[in-house]
Amino acid sequence: MTGGPVTESPQAGYSSDEIMTVTAARALHDGMTCFVGIGLPSDAANLARRTHAPNLVLIYESGTIGAKPGSLPLSIGDGILAETADAVVSVPEIFNYWLQPGRIGIGFLGAAQIDKFANINTTVIGADYAEPKVRLPGAGGAPEIAASCREVIVVVRQTLRTFVHRVDFVTSVGFGDGPGSRKYFGLTGAGPQKVITDLGVLEPDPQTCELVLTAVYPGVSVAAVRERTGWDLRISADLGEIAPPRPAELAVLRDLIAALPSEGAAR
Amino acid sequence: MAEIVSLAEAIAETVHDGDTVAMEGFTHLIPHAAGREVIRQGRRGLTLVRMTPDVIYDQLIGAGCARKLVFSWAGNPGVGSLHRFRDAVERCWPGPLELEEHSHAGMANRYVAGASGLPFAVLRGYNGTGLLGPGANTHASIAEIACPFTGERLTAVAALRPDVAVTHAQRADRAGNVQFWGITGVQKEAVLASARSVVTVEEIVDELHPKPGAVVLPTWAVGYVAAAPGGAHPSYALDYTARDNDFYVAWDAISRDRETFLRWVDEHVFGKGSS
Repeated sequence: MTGGPVTESPQAGYSSDEIMTVTAARALHDGMTCFVGIGLPSDAANLARRTHAPNLVLIYESGTIGAKPGSLPLSIGDGILAETADAVVSVPEIFNYWLQPGRIGIGFLGAAQIDKFANINTTVIGADYAEPKVRLPGAGGAPEIAASCREVIVVVRQTLRTFVHRVDFVTSVGFGDGPGSRKYFGLTGAGPQKVITDLGVLEPDPQTCELVLTAVYPGVSVAAVRERTGWDLRISADLGEIAPPRPAELAVLRDLIAALPSEGAAR
Repeated sequence: MAEIVSLAEAIAETVHDGDTVAMEGFTHLIPHAAGREVIRQGRRGLTLVRMTPDVIYDQLIGAGCARKLVFSWAGNPGVGSLHRFRDAVERCWPGPLELEEHSHAGMANRYVAGASGLPFAVLRGYNGTGLLGPGANTHASIAEIACPFTGERLTAVAALRPDVAVTHAQRADRAGNVQFWGITGVQKEAVLASARSVVTVEEIVDELHPKPGAVVLPTWAVGYVAAAPGGAHPSYALDYTARDNDFYVAWDAISRDRETFLRWVDEHVFGKGSS
């Protein structure tokens, strides 16, 4: 997993990306159904399936339901997903029959920008859509995953560029403008319940829907998290500390990453 | 009945300047050989439709074939950006590229409507997203609609009716019946939604044997079939070829620089010189 910021202390024995991925994997429980985006979410979901959640049902937007890849897929349509799936369905079917009715428990998403109401931007950086500073890939399956999965977990590295007061473009709705927005827009799922970063975990306040810091990794200070948040971040009264990755978790994760083509490329 | 012809003939017969062309294949079975043939034939002013533009449309856009792109996710899967796409959007090179941007669910349903002969499809989607805004250029293809039975607020998306669909399949028989399996994406819908179609295949066989989960397009629903073994590369054809993940990684460097990209096109599309 090259290319990400590495902020761990040398004595920790694991990188910030590794504890993020392990923490995300732990959020998935055995037997859950999980709609998986590629990259960090897929890494975490596959780690969970290889450790504490062997019966986790992985669903990719390519139409592969119950995929059991022996190695990390590079794309959502790798052959290994189809060959190991319980069922392979068409793309219209995966969205219409499986995602839209709320059959899938967890949507596991990444983000280029996320704001305090957990709205996600993967479309453009810059205020003017027509003349973007950076053109990002766009929506993919994310808007409907964010709308219709029963819950959403976001996995994203935390920087001032990603954690912004207001996203430049709402690709996928978290809590919109705050309380009541999801209901107003007719979004049937509960929305983002956890945002897992390379510094810790944020969760929406049940009253205000604003993301609140609820846990940090060992050695990460609240001040460090605030410094990488583009709004006045609130801190939970009972701020927790995440247990460091266990050797078994790290070993499985490192095996998975090492087997990627070209050592994981620019993920 | 489908005509079995060469790839060059199939493209020449179906893809014309200014056409709306849907080359589909969801990560799997991407019709790359056909895409390169469109570049070789010098088509211009195309409206390219595809859920995931991927490396195939990065090549067509960089080669100057496209005027407009209708899409839902434009990245190099698992690697990062499509640099030719970004160069066109951010810096208008080799020319401006008009965008019409949707979500996957929206695009998939637009193909379903086209294949069904209906003017639109209905889904729960888009509400609250910027995709409804003027920027995303979807105003002509998305509308709010009330359910006539319950009054629920839903979203209508306009049918896609491309001039031509281009897809890749594992095999066809000598009558032109087409069979593909594995991740089947939206190719069936794209072919049925389009006025004309080209299906390239790994091989043409005497008889199609049943495969679990396979889609069969009867010959009378297909325009042209052309043999193009390995024609999905760097994507793959399940049970025939493997996805060339290293190529997707290498494409990042090839496509990042205009000159490097143009040299790649000269060598690998037009077969000029070698490195």
